[in-house]
Amino acid sequence: MTQRLRPPARAVSALSCIAATLLATAMPAHAAEELTLYTTREAGLIQPLISAFSAQSGIKVNTVFVKDGLLERVKAEGARSPADVLMTVDIGNLMDLVDGGVTQPVKSAALDAAIPSNLRGADGQWYALSMRARVLYADKSLPITSFRYEDLANPKYKGKVCIRAGQHPYNTALVSAMIAHDGEAKAEQWLRGVKANLARKATGGDRDVARDILGGICDVGLANSYYVGQMKGSKEGSDARKWGDAIKVIKPTFGNAKSGGTHVNISGAAVAKNAPQRANAVKLLEFLVSEPAQALYAEINYEYPVRKGVALDSIISSSIGELKVDPLPVAEIAKYRKQASALVDKVAFDQ
Amino acid sequence: MTHLRSVGAAWRIASVAIALGVLAPVLSLAWLAVGSGLAHWSHLARHVLPQASLNTALLLTGVGVLVLVIGTGCAWLVTACDFPGRKVLHWALLLPLAMPTYIVAFAYLDLLHPIGPVQGAIRWALGFDSPRQFRLPDLRSMPGAIFVLGFVLYPYVYMTARAMFMTQPAHLMEAARTLGATRTGAFFRVALPLARPALAVGLSLALLETLNDIGASEFLGIQTLTVAVYTTWITRSDLAGAAQIACAMLFVVLALVLLERNGRRHQRFGSAQRMRAIQPRRLHGATAWLATFAAALPVMLGFVAPALYLVWETIKRLRLGTGISSGLVASLGNTIGLAAGVTVVTVAAGLVVAWAVRNQGSLGNGARWQARAAVLGYALPGTVLAIGLLTPALAFDGALGSLIGHPGLPLMGAGIVLVVACAIRFLAMPVGGIEAGLARIPPALEQASRLLGETASGTLRRVHLPLLRPAIAAASLLVFVDAMKELPATLLLRPANFDTLATLLYAEAARGTYEEGAMAALAIVVVGLLPVMLLARSGLSVQAEAAR
Repeated sequence: MTQRLRPPARAVSALSCIAATLLATAMPAHAAEELTLYTTREAGLIQPLISAFSAQSGIKVNTVFVKDGLLERVKAEGARSPADVLMTVDIGNLMDLVDGGVTQPVKSAALDAAIPSNLRGADGQWYALSMRARVLYADKSLPITSFRYEDLANPKYKGKVCIRAGQHPYNTALVSAMIAHDGEAKAEQWLRGVKANLARKATGGDRDVARDILGGICDVGLANSYYVGQMKGSKEGSDARKWGDAIKVIKPTFGNAKSGGTHVNISGAAVAKNAPQRANAVKLLEFLVSEPAQALYAEINYEYPVRKGVALDSIISSSIGELKVDPLPVAEIAKYRKQASALVDKVAFDQ
Repeated sequence: MTHLRSVGAAWRIASVAIALGVLAPVLSLAWLAVGSGLAHWSHLARHVLPQASLNTALLLTGVGVLVLVIGTGCAWLVTACDFPGRKVLHWALLLPLAMPTYIVAFAYLDLLHPIGPVQGAIRWALGFDSPRQFRLPDLRSMPGAIFVLGFVLYPYVYMTARAMFMTQPAHLMEAARTLGATRTGAFFRVALPLARPALAVGLSLALLETLNDIGASEFLGIQTLTVAVYTTWITRSDLAGAAQIACAMLFVVLALVLLERNGRRHQRFGSAQRMRAIQPRRLHGATAWLATFAAALPVMLGFVAPALYLVWETIKRLRLGTGISSGLVASLGNTIGLAAGVTVVTVAAGLVVAWAVRNQGSLGNGARWQARAAVLGYALPGTVLAIGLLTPALAFDGALGSLIGHPGLPLMGAGIVLVVACAIRFLAMPVGGIEAGLARIPPALEQASRLLGETASGTLRRVHLPLLRPAIAAASLLVFVDAMKELPATLLLRPANFDTLATLLYAEAARGTYEEGAMAALAIVVVGLLPVMLLARSGLSVQAEAAR
């Protein structure tokens, strides 16, 4: 539509300058080996891993950090899409890509050996790369040593619970797991109980739970495990450190007898259906589950490695420790996500 | 009305093409919306829409009242009265424009948090030593959201109202006073009604911005309809359902915009005579200081407090040894380049549409839809617009790729799809601004020019463009500032390895380390300050000169 205009010559030259700049940034000199990564995982978090991969393999990685609409973008780009690897956080988002038909199956002995079978698609359509647990942050002075997710609905915590929006993927995944274990009716009852206990609106981020505990707004709340490492690992004197130091962390478990474990979610990746650099894409995935990369996941991102035998970060290991993971397969969680989201609406959790 | 020959065919086609370009994402959304059943509406109607609609209505009403009162009140105060600090405040009142709402929301969340400085000081003064003994109500509430959005978005109204008041001939007010109206009466019965088109433009920009806001509402926990659109799409993976809600919202927005336009359909606001502008009346004593306080308060709350917060956070980072990253510098360049490109494209397109519509408008209403269509982009949340644009734009891009033998997506890869998306999103600003500017140029000037044998385009170039200069300058600067702050469309449509300050800041947010984003946030504000200052200087003073 713009080429039909006849704007003044100056505007035209300014425009072409900008276009040229954009072209220059968009099309780096075609190195012999490269691949394009689309990620809903913040690029800075995986940059150390990507740099290590490039250094080892000589493959340059172009990244696009997309938040919402990764699936729509890849779908619309279709056969011409430059994407090779699609990376997401949250199992539901990853399954959306698989269900949306923008991934392709991969066969790799290295991947299959490194990742337990409940953390990857049976057909190689998706792979988990790291895990995070949904844990309880509690005021340091509270005499709690063990906790069940169900306890969050206990009236004794009335006005003492902080949590982020119920519609956030981290929480819908937890509710999904609840539905998978105990059925929708029980999950609804639980959600109503938690809602009744909220000290403030269900909003903000996971770290706000720690901050609001320090601020005296609440006593307990659910949040992801890696923030504990981030906060407690911050520089002495920084705000984040103060928040981290105000809390202690407890690994909650599901009350259901078949579970007895802690809820985890994953970050994961898949090879794009129309990947122009398929071989390089597989190389990247294989690198990400190799021992040194998994150690980086633990040390830099404070996550739980998917590969057995890789040590946890020291802060995580001292403040949370090894997990007894809920045995429910993660793909199962994704199945109940819509139901969980509808429940959150139904009990007006975020209102 | 004299019938004039309308604009040339090329111009008309260009205008129609632009309007169709804006319609493309909307039509693609509508297509998505009708492609799915209505099964989930029973759930939405029972559990989501009543509360979300109520919240949205409350938020819009609250913000609307607040921006009108602050914007119009301050504009009148600095136009009609003289008081200490007026010379600075008359432009400083625009400063919150440089502040993205999501940054202000975050800043206040931190400032007013129980462990933040404000409550800490109150506790200290009252002798409490723990927030568990005493704390203020949470900002995360409807009043909190209205406060934050109102004090950031009022400049849209202030700017248009101020420009209008400055150019209102003083004799109208004087006539009202001689006919026995009080000062207040003359303001409400003459100055305010005359400013209605400008106020409508400013108010609609502020309200659409409120409606589409996702960052600040999410922070503050306000479940608006826009949040419902996101939840339906993201959490329930129901894009069609989200498109249905978005289309329904768009429908309501359009109805309101048309209603307002219809309300002043038969009114003319042009004044053919060049008259002296209103002279400010000097205030004295306590009244003067009260005026200073009233005009300074919005600047303090909407700009100074959050800006100082960002400066403070940045200093803290620097002290802890975080340097200025090379990524920050690169994204600064990207931000300016993108904003400049978007500005040029958007303002040129806006001028084409506004002029085509005006010229044809005198013949009938056949072209009005093009200007109305321009509002659509602004009435949709950024991500939703971008999603709608994806399918048509990439289909075109793919076709272009095979035409020129490019294996990938040439326009997407070069960031041109992103520029187009932003242009569609912000087209309402130049179209609205230039239309309002055109409305104030008396038709007699055009008729005289045409009678004397000048062509339609010659008339535009020699008569209207010079008179429109302030309107175009104001629209350009507004688009620039907004394009610089733009986040959702940039996030979705950018090429690989391309970061702007906003996406950089967002990345920090996504990582859960907001405070690390303080530097990027401060950079956005600093870069935004320059155009805002220019806007204040050129936009307002040129307009005043033009009136003289």
